[in-house]
Amino acid sequence: MNLFTILISTIFVNNYVLGRFLGVCPFLGVSNKTETATGMGIAVTFVVTLSSIITYIIHHTILIGRLEYLQTIVFILVIAALVQFVEMVLKKISPTLYNALGVYLPLITTNCVVLGVAILNIQAEYNLIETIVNAFGASVGFSLALILIAAIREKFEIQEIPKALEGFPIALITAGLMSIAFLGFNGLV
Amino acid sequence: MKLSKVFFNGVVKENPIFVQLIGMCSVLAVTTAAKNGLAMGLAVTGVLIGSNVVVSLIRKVVPNKIRIPAFIVVIATFVTIVEMFMKAYAQDLYNALGIFIPLIVVNCIILARAESFASKHGLLASAVDGLGMGVGYTLALLILSILREFLGSGSIFDIQMLGPSFEPAIIFLMPPGAFILLGILIGIFNSIRNKQASKEVLQKEEAR
Repeated sequence: MNLFTILISTIFVNNYVLGRFLGVCPFLGVSNKTETATGMGIAVTFVVTLSSIITYIIHHTILIGRLEYLQTIVFILVIAALVQFVEMVLKKISPTLYNALGVYLPLITTNCVVLGVAILNIQAEYNLIETIVNAFGASVGFSLALILIAAIREKFEIQEIPKALEGFPIALITAGLMSIAFLGFNGLV
Repeated sequence: MKLSKVFFNGVVKENPIFVQLIGMCSVLAVTTAAKNGLAMGLAVTGVLIGSNVVVSLIRKVVPNKIRIPAFIVVIATFVTIVEMFMKAYAQDLYNALGIFIPLIVVNCIILARAESFASKHGLLASAVDGLGMGVGYTLALLILSILREFLGSGSIFDIQMLGPSFEPAIIFLMPPGAFILLGILIGIFNSIRNKQASKEVLQKEEAR
């Protein structure tokens, strides 16, 4: 498949959050402010791309043909270790970046986008370049959706919302409307 | 602590979906048909009970600093067991749930229960807590998936409920329908709880 097609389709057509429901927890959890949403988006992009490369290599050198049933366990351990490692490296090399992203890093381990993308890459039988493009596109799509909904939710603070719908429910309904908008990209690729 | 209280705490009072609002990804994704919702609920319940029991057993052996990675390995093991089991005995469901079976590992409910309950309580209480949370999760999945299947294809558990003249609202089978329906359901749940809470306040004031 064409690399450009993969990129466009993961960002818009099959957006991981709005079309495939991966990463809905952080999508609703950290989307109160645009600033935090941007930080989370950058951190996720970084970790997803890196973890996809590493899980790809591990799958094709160690697991394939013999230990494939260990995929879930190995991948989640790799991701947890990677997140820990990135946190330590950032702390050492760039304290400013660490201060900006540090709080989001521990949250990423339990973000299903990371594990989901890693597994889907293997299932789709992408090669290394396609894997990188797909992982990058997926996380850019995630960040896009996250920043968009954060911008919308900031406006809610000055709106009158029925008491029962405050917070989560209204965010879910907003996500639904955004998802309808993203359905408009169908047929683009 | 009474076991029945632990159980109903998970089903109603701290329902993982409607009250704690965690573990949303799988809830939204697999609820296109009641059958899938039920299967996912049972799979998660199985993993929850298993991981809660094991975490409770090893809680005194595992050093505090590495407890999270240790819990994740325990959870991942149970998820792999469930995955292999479904692949062997329920191929259709395995295909329908797809990627969301391995993703049970990162379902926040399971790690949250391991960390906040099983690592502090005994074997029996942890097992009951896992069962209660699992039943609460399954119940929420069932409600959402029955509604979605009914509105989106006019059937419940694949049994056609409405006549051929019914025009199914396909949007409810697609992602937007899931988001909007869950939002409305949580809203309804919230308003019921708000009413109950205000009633209790009134009763307390009257009792004074």
